[in-house]
Amino acid sequence: MLIFEHSASGRKTKIQSTSGNEMPTDIPASLLRDEKPGLPEVSEMQAVRHYTSLSQKNFSIDTHFYPLGSCTMKHNPRVCNSLAMLPGFLSRHPLAPEKLSQGFMECMYELQEMLCDVTGMAGFSLAPMAGAQGEFAGIAMIRAYHDANGDTERKEILVPDAAHGTNPATATMCGYTVKEISTLANGDVDIDVLKEAVGPQTAGLMLTNPSTLGVFERRIEEIAKIIHDVGGLLYYDGANLNAILGKIRPGDMGFDVIHSNLHKTFSTPHGGGGPGSGAIGVAERLKPFMPMPGVKKIGNEFQWLTEEDCPHSIGRMSAFFGNPGVLLRAYIYMRLLGAEGMQRVGEFATLNANYMMAQLKARGFEAAIPDRYASHEFIITLKKQAKELNVSAMDFAKRLLDLGYHAPTTYFPLLVPECLLIEPTESEAKEMLDGFVEALVQVQQEAETDADMLHNAPYTMPVNRLDEVRAAKQLDLAWSAESKA
Amino acid sequence: MPFVPHTEEEINEMLSVIGIDSIDNLFDEIPAHLKIKGLEKVPAGLNEMSINRLMQQRAAKDGQPLCFIGAGSYDHHIPAAVWQITTRGEYYTAYTPYQAEASQGTLQLTYEFQSMMTALTGMDASNASLYDGATAMAEAVLMAVRSNRKSKSRKILVPRSVNPTYKHVTETIVKHQNIELVDVEIDSTTSKASMDALKAFSGEDITAVVISQPNFFGTLEDVDAITTWAHENNIVVIAVVNPLSLAILKPPGIWGDNGADIAVGDGQPLGAPMSSGGPYYGIMTCKKAFVRQMPGRIVGRTVDQEGREGFVLTLQAREQHIRRSKATSNICTNQGLVVTASTIHMSLLGPEGLKQTALSCHSNTQKLVEKLSAIDGVEIVFDQPRFHEAVIKINKSAADVLAKLAEQNILGGLDLSADYPEMKDCILVCATELRIAEDIEIFATALAAALK
Amino acid sequence: MSEIPTDLRYTASHEWARLNDDGTITIGITDHAQDALGDIVFVELPEVDSELSQGDASCVVESVKAASDIYMPITGVIVDTNQALVDEPEMINSSAYDDGWIFKIKPADEDDIEQLMDASSYEAECEDE
Repeated sequence: MLIFEHSASGRKTKIQSTSGNEMPTDIPASLLRDEKPGLPEVSEMQAVRHYTSLSQKNFSIDTHFYPLGSCTMKHNPRVCNSLAMLPGFLSRHPLAPEKLSQGFMECMYELQEMLCDVTGMAGFSLAPMAGAQGEFAGIAMIRAYHDANGDTERKEILVPDAAHGTNPATATMCGYTVKEISTLANGDVDIDVLKEAVGPQTAGLMLTNPSTLGVFERRIEEIAKIIHDVGGLLYYDGANLNAILGKIRPGDMGFDVIHSNLHKTFSTPHGGGGPGSGAIGVAERLKPFMPMPGVKKIGNEFQWLTEEDCPHSIGRMSAFFGNPGVLLRAYIYMRLLGAEGMQRVGEFATLNANYMMAQLKARGFEAAIPDRYASHEFIITLKKQAKELNVSAMDFAKRLLDLGYHAPTTYFPLLVPECLLIEPTESEAKEMLDGFVEALVQVQQEAETDADMLHNAPYTMPVNRLDEVRAAKQLDLAWSAESKA
Repeated sequence: MPFVPHTEEEINEMLSVIGIDSIDNLFDEIPAHLKIKGLEKVPAGLNEMSINRLMQQRAAKDGQPLCFIGAGSYDHHIPAAVWQITTRGEYYTAYTPYQAEASQGTLQLTYEFQSMMTALTGMDASNASLYDGATAMAEAVLMAVRSNRKSKSRKILVPRSVNPTYKHVTETIVKHQNIELVDVEIDSTTSKASMDALKAFSGEDITAVVISQPNFFGTLEDVDAITTWAHENNIVVIAVVNPLSLAILKPPGIWGDNGADIAVGDGQPLGAPMSSGGPYYGIMTCKKAFVRQMPGRIVGRTVDQEGREGFVLTLQAREQHIRRSKATSNICTNQGLVVTASTIHMSLLGPEGLKQTALSCHSNTQKLVEKLSAIDGVEIVFDQPRFHEAVIKINKSAADVLAKLAEQNILGGLDLSADYPEMKDCILVCATELRIAEDIEIFATALAAALK
Repeated sequence: MSEIPTDLRYTASHEWARLNDDGTITIGITDHAQDALGDIVFVELPEVDSELSQGDASCVVESVKAASDIYMPITGVIVDTNQALVDEPEMINSSAYDDGWIFKIKPADEDDIEQLMDASSYEAECEDE
């Protein structure tokens, strides 16, 4: 039932004062609304009950194991939320003067510094509001850098074929054409293909390391050299930073610019799709191009870094300062972990993934890259099951929901047929990993005995498989009083 | 506190299953010289008690001043239920609803949100949010360029009465695609987009025009006349609106001859605290003909195999994870949790509550204008029909006076001279429903003293 | 095996082309292509009168899981589009070579169609995939 269907004309909550309901006379009638908007008219209790019961139709980290590969669904400590929502932080106007902002700015300055240290970069900007916006800032900086050097003939960004879709989409938004580089069966970039592809037209290469295939790119230094030798820059997609946190740093590998998804590695909540943060780190030579604003420290005072400090800045990415509420949560998380805790994140995320991969291999599942250590995630391919039993990765995914586990990422990376990309994260206990392995084994047995049962899964959710063709063809994107009738 | 649950015993068991001696072995593939010893600038970890103390101190430092600044972020009351429900783990810690069966809560809520947005704006369709109002304007410009297939110029008219930061952000985002943002002068007595300046473009190939209602100065624009003129000249109309104002103002869907084509704005006034500038969310709505060029996630209502109503992400073929370099935008993560709060906020207020909030904002601002204009040395610059912001000019340095007010814990408004050099010592002020008569009195008294 | 009529010409990107008596050429996507895309939910038709070169992306066909560009098999001007697809895009699935045609062009050079693959070459091409 929709909230609108609880509505009765004239019903209201008592939250707002009821004084004065007359339209203003100092605004011309032609600029005023003549019908009230079709919002629901419900009581506070109806609203609370409706949205509480809706929430119960969601899987979440707080309720279920959620091993989505490449998404880093780790525990979101509650204290990060409660402290980021202290009244002093919530009521700070973004344009408040520096003197009335020192507490907030100190947190942001220290966050910049910690991110530099953790990634090995020379400067960090907290401006981008999500990974994709971080990518945009990074590629825009690469372009601005080449332009500033009068190097305007570089038209191409290289992207491995295993990359996230945001990589090529971002390169296009920055006015580049995209050339895909193929990947070897062992998960490494095909260096011969890369050597063939680079040239004076190369603006840069976007790389995720460990890659989306769940393995570490061993020849990263050689790749960096190939790109740098032709005058290109190397971009690090930080989606998988969790795997190497505290162990190795993108800056040391030769990357010139990186984004970090704070909502992955630094545990700010995914919130059903956002908000995130795509904070962006740069090597020394790219510092003049960073997006604004940022925070600098002069003596004991914190000040805004503006276009005056960075005359070559690529500009502003948001109306104010990115997503400060997210940044505060990441800051608190980093302070809780400390240097030693961060190291343990990378280690235990990796241990959990390799343990699960070993257990699944022992139970007959086929790993996409069987002979290498996994990073913090790994891929199981179900192509044999698809061929022999006529069950797909999607069927496995849907059946897992019935068994109380959120499905891993399916059908990404696109290179591996019928894949499940599994990322357990460091915060899961061994019992949970074992439970998930047993669940996959059960689904495999069901596939062997009753494939049709899997085709119609799930059975225990509020709905079963939805008609996506109908959704796309007979678009129903908004409720209205007329559509009800 | 690394939030790692493993016992020593479990670690050993896991290592033996993998067939290695220590966790370090798992990193054997990484060149040894790349491995770091430790982190220098990251301090030792804190326990919950200590981080509590630290953050309480930091938050207290910023003083919670009495706020008369708006300029895109507004101090509104948010009902207690809004963030209590929003931060339930089931919303707070869920991922993007790709597995629809296990995400009906988020999906239905988003569909309800889209419905509320179309109701407020009078448009046909809404997406599930963009990052903020400024990036929503940038995406609207890109969408207009894709949609207006008859126009080849990629020229977008942007009156100077549009929020200057929105324009700046739009420039950052669209400049690599040969799109030109063309400044349009404002009438210096009213602050409205100059109709004469617009009409100078009649007959030219222009792709789109941006209209802000209210405009950056709080003044109400002649939205009907501009919309009709734009459509006569085959120009796509992009409305930038404050969603709260739409509880009383004419919605963009019915402006002029045929309504705006795309309406965007910042959702902050509907349930997001000011919070230093975010997270807020970008509103993106459009007319039916533009739906397939709309960026970002969209939820549709459909049925399952048994005919039960259900909700799914739809029109995904336009998005980056499928269409890659040809996607409508690179956006992936949006501002979902703030949308959750906003949907609950709108449900709790309803059309009446929202209207009363908007009316209170308007009448408080009129009271503020009246009070301030009575002070010696204060002049009201654009005395036009307005929503909840106004511009005053003072007879002393705006920067000095604002600093003096800040010392008394009052945010007295935004100095406009940085973005509008011709508006020396002009200050943009705002009063929401929270700025009651006593607050206004405090501000007026302090300002009068500062101007003496 | 998908259907490949012998009287049509084909491209490696899975468009078919039919030379009409009036000198125009009708373009659509092959049975193989519609099968790979799955249920088609939307067709973004090209603008009539636009001049496009061989290989240019002319329009887009969308299913729930993919959006596929339709490339110009040969250079020409768009003269007609199949408006029936606006409401019934699924006709591409049910009748790829007849009711599901997408647009017609006036070719810059009628003989260009000879450069395209015939049915047997296209069949070989599909088998290679």
